[in-house]
Amino acid sequence: MAAYLLRRLMRAALILLGVSLITYVLLFLLPADPARQVAGRTASVAQVEQVRHQLGLDRPVWEQYGRYIARLASGDLGRSYVQRSQVSELVGSRLPATLLLMVGAIFCELLFGLTLGAFAAFRRNTLMDQGIMLGAFFFVSQPQFFLSYLLLYLFAVILGWFPIGGYGDFKHLVLPAVTLGLIGTGWYARIMRSSVIEVLRQDYVRTARAKGLTRGRTILVHIVPNALLPILAMIGLDIGTFMGGIVVVESVFGWPGIGQLTWQAIQQIDIPIIMGVTLVSACAIVLGNLLADLVAPLIDPRIRLK
Amino acid sequence: MNRLLASASIIALLGLGACGEEKKEEAQSQAAPAATSEAASTATSEAAPAASEAAAPMASEPKQGGSMIVTFKDDLPTLDPAIGYDWKNWSVIKSVFDGLLDYKPGTTEIVPDLAESFETSVDGLTYTFKLRHGVKFHNGREMTAADVKYSLERMINPATQSPGAGYYSGLKGFAEFQAGSAKEVSGITTPDDYTVKIELTAPDATTLHLMALNFSFVVPKEEVEKSGADFGKKPVGTGAFKVTEWTSGQKIILERNADYYRQGIPRLDKITFEIGQEPVVALLRLQKGEIDIAGDNVPPAKFTEVMNDPAMKDLVTMDDQLQTGYIAMNVNIPPFDKVAVRQAVNMAINKDRIVQLINNRAVPANQPLPPAMPGYDKAYKGYAFDVEGAKAKMKEAGLEGGVETDMYVMNTDPQPRIAQAIQQDLSNIGIKVNLKSLDMGTVIAAGGKKDGAPMIWSGGMAWIADFPDPSNFYTAILGCGGAVDGGWNWSWYCNKDLDKRAGEANAMTDPAKAAERAAAWGKIFTDLMTDAPWAPIFNEKAVGIHSKRVAGPNGIFADPIHIPVNYDEVYATDGK
Repeated sequence: MAAYLLRRLMRAALILLGVSLITYVLLFLLPADPARQVAGRTASVAQVEQVRHQLGLDRPVWEQYGRYIARLASGDLGRSYVQRSQVSELVGSRLPATLLLMVGAIFCELLFGLTLGAFAAFRRNTLMDQGIMLGAFFFVSQPQFFLSYLLLYLFAVILGWFPIGGYGDFKHLVLPAVTLGLIGTGWYARIMRSSVIEVLRQDYVRTARAKGLTRGRTILVHIVPNALLPILAMIGLDIGTFMGGIVVVESVFGWPGIGQLTWQAIQQIDIPIIMGVTLVSACAIVLGNLLADLVAPLIDPRIRLK
Repeated sequence: MNRLLASASIIALLGLGACGEEKKEEAQSQAAPAATSEAASTATSEAAPAASEAAAPMASEPKQGGSMIVTFKDDLPTLDPAIGYDWKNWSVIKSVFDGLLDYKPGTTEIVPDLAESFETSVDGLTYTFKLRHGVKFHNGREMTAADVKYSLERMINPATQSPGAGYYSGLKGFAEFQAGSAKEVSGITTPDDYTVKIELTAPDATTLHLMALNFSFVVPKEEVEKSGADFGKKPVGTGAFKVTEWTSGQKIILERNADYYRQGIPRLDKITFEIGQEPVVALLRLQKGEIDIAGDNVPPAKFTEVMNDPAMKDLVTMDDQLQTGYIAMNVNIPPFDKVAVRQAVNMAINKDRIVQLINNRAVPANQPLPPAMPGYDKAYKGYAFDVEGAKAKMKEAGLEGGVETDMYVMNTDPQPRIAQAIQQDLSNIGIKVNLKSLDMGTVIAAGGKKDGAPMIWSGGMAWIADFPDPSNFYTAILGCGGAVDGGWNWSWYCNKDLDKRAGEANAMTDPAKAAERAAAWGKIFTDLMTDAPWAPIFNEKAVGIHSKRVAGPNGIFADPIHIPVNYDEVYATDGK
């Protein structure tokens, strides 16, 4: 187990290094001149060069990257070109909001996804099953900004049940969490459906029914818990999906998380923030995957790590 | 692993998509704006108590107290006056800090602020400012001449990386200080605690504007040293409001500075900036009465809808901007090396149709200066729309057989549509234009190279003046100094004679000659149109919107120095 963990962590470090290298080079290739950006349009060429030197941007790209990684090792993500604040501080101050949104979204997707999936499985090949599966297909495929604006307009503007965006109490959380969660709902509904169907075919289900257990008891005690096992391990993987989704959802709903920070930084070509957020997201995805793999054998002893 | 890849590619796609979208507002935010009429540079000792009294008649009696909510899509980058340089933080900085001078609300008339009075020497090389007594920073300490000197030197110091430092290069000792060979700027001296003397290397009529520009605003040394590079997030000034709360990405709260030196200012007790609201969402909230000002204005795509809504229409304000949308023609690249071709382009474009294309959110332009700028020549007719005349010019250039060229344009709506209209107009006179619709950075980079772009449509990236003086529209974008690698003179036009006249006009520092100076500048721009390095197309307006609950002196919501509004003067109609 320890050896496995060590191997996985080393691989994770390599992946992150690769992500940082690719991102750094891509951002370097952007047709933007950060020195000009910082120095302002009134600056003379000499002043721009002075700023370029101060920022270390006059060095070869490999050296710049090396310095970035060296500073990164001590936890320093640099300073934003536009806001001039520490990137680590900016990301850190926005992480709690993103985590809260993710917890809300995971709750929504499990609640809707698992219930709908189970219903579909029990009513297999009926109109209801087909309806749920079509809905699942729709929610997985739809662009997030579409659903975001749709829900915002319907529930906040027309019905007025929720505030129109913003951050604060529980009411603010509902719409963005549901929007983000509905994407995962489609996934989970489909997986839950096949998982339940799989379990329904098992001998022990037939045995349970044969020895006289009620239908409800069979479902609750024997079918659902067994069908859930393979699904719970997948939650870790959701973090990856959400990292893409939060950029859109947070921007639409004015949710002050790292997705919104990313969106702003991209528009302003604020390279240190884009770099920092990419690394933090990559970290989250890698750790999420690792977590999923570590949790799987705990839930289902048949799975062995090697 | 598949999901990992999928999510990584989603992030990548978002990144690519985002690079193209909504840049327009950002581009315009590069510059902070300014305003109308003549720049009065009289040596005056007129104090500025409640300057609004002198302004246009009130919509209603101003009320004290109350609060308002303003929304912005993006966080305010910084409130450090030496660094902040976009239209959102520009106006907030003006309410948290003060400079030696300021503009009378709603005008471009310069009035004393932290300085009580000022004098200009006869040779135009020395400006002496007498400071107001008893002005206190938000931390309670009195502001003195030493603070003014410290603030200017801090801004000029290369370590601060101020985007405005270049404006102050005319100060004596600027170069030595920047190079590090001098410990202080020799042109800034403090004979006593309430006197600041500024000396220049050459007479420059824009000096007073520079002392009203945010970059020169006064900051307390002890607070800057305490907060270091984070001073922009923990600003302490002498202004009408102090920042009491700043939660990154959520909100910024300004509260009334009870010790502010101007009686009765500010009107409001509290302003809350809610951050992270998409402009479309902000508009919905304004409709519901949840907020008072949509700080990002009405999104262009929503303009028609808002104007057709009787309830919304009256809340809209059309704000003048010191901005001109133009086609830059690179005088080094054929066929635009021929003046006749450049003139033909000016005559071939149907500007009225282009203005209609953007829902009349602009007025057609015929010269580089916008109408609100001193020096704008109302009598100048420019090149009338005349397709036959344009064809004759093409013939004169020996190109009646037609010619092919490229035009660079920013790739966000409505810029490509405008470019297509231009393309169509030019095809009528035999110029076949290939559109290069690219992201803003690439277009600006191409314009900054001598052989980079034959033509550029400036939309979305156009120059907005930092202060209301015609020189701000010449030096960097039409003068020889801007025709350098990475510069903003995209037509690479360099006329030594006009440069000389520009220098002479700037040396006219005598306040009595302000009108003469403006006229001299106006003539420079209209003479320049003979060589036609630009085809000016229109002057765009910003479309602001605010709730009925907030009000102010007439024109307060259209004041181009303060976008979206002058926070010191605005009041709540239901205030106590």
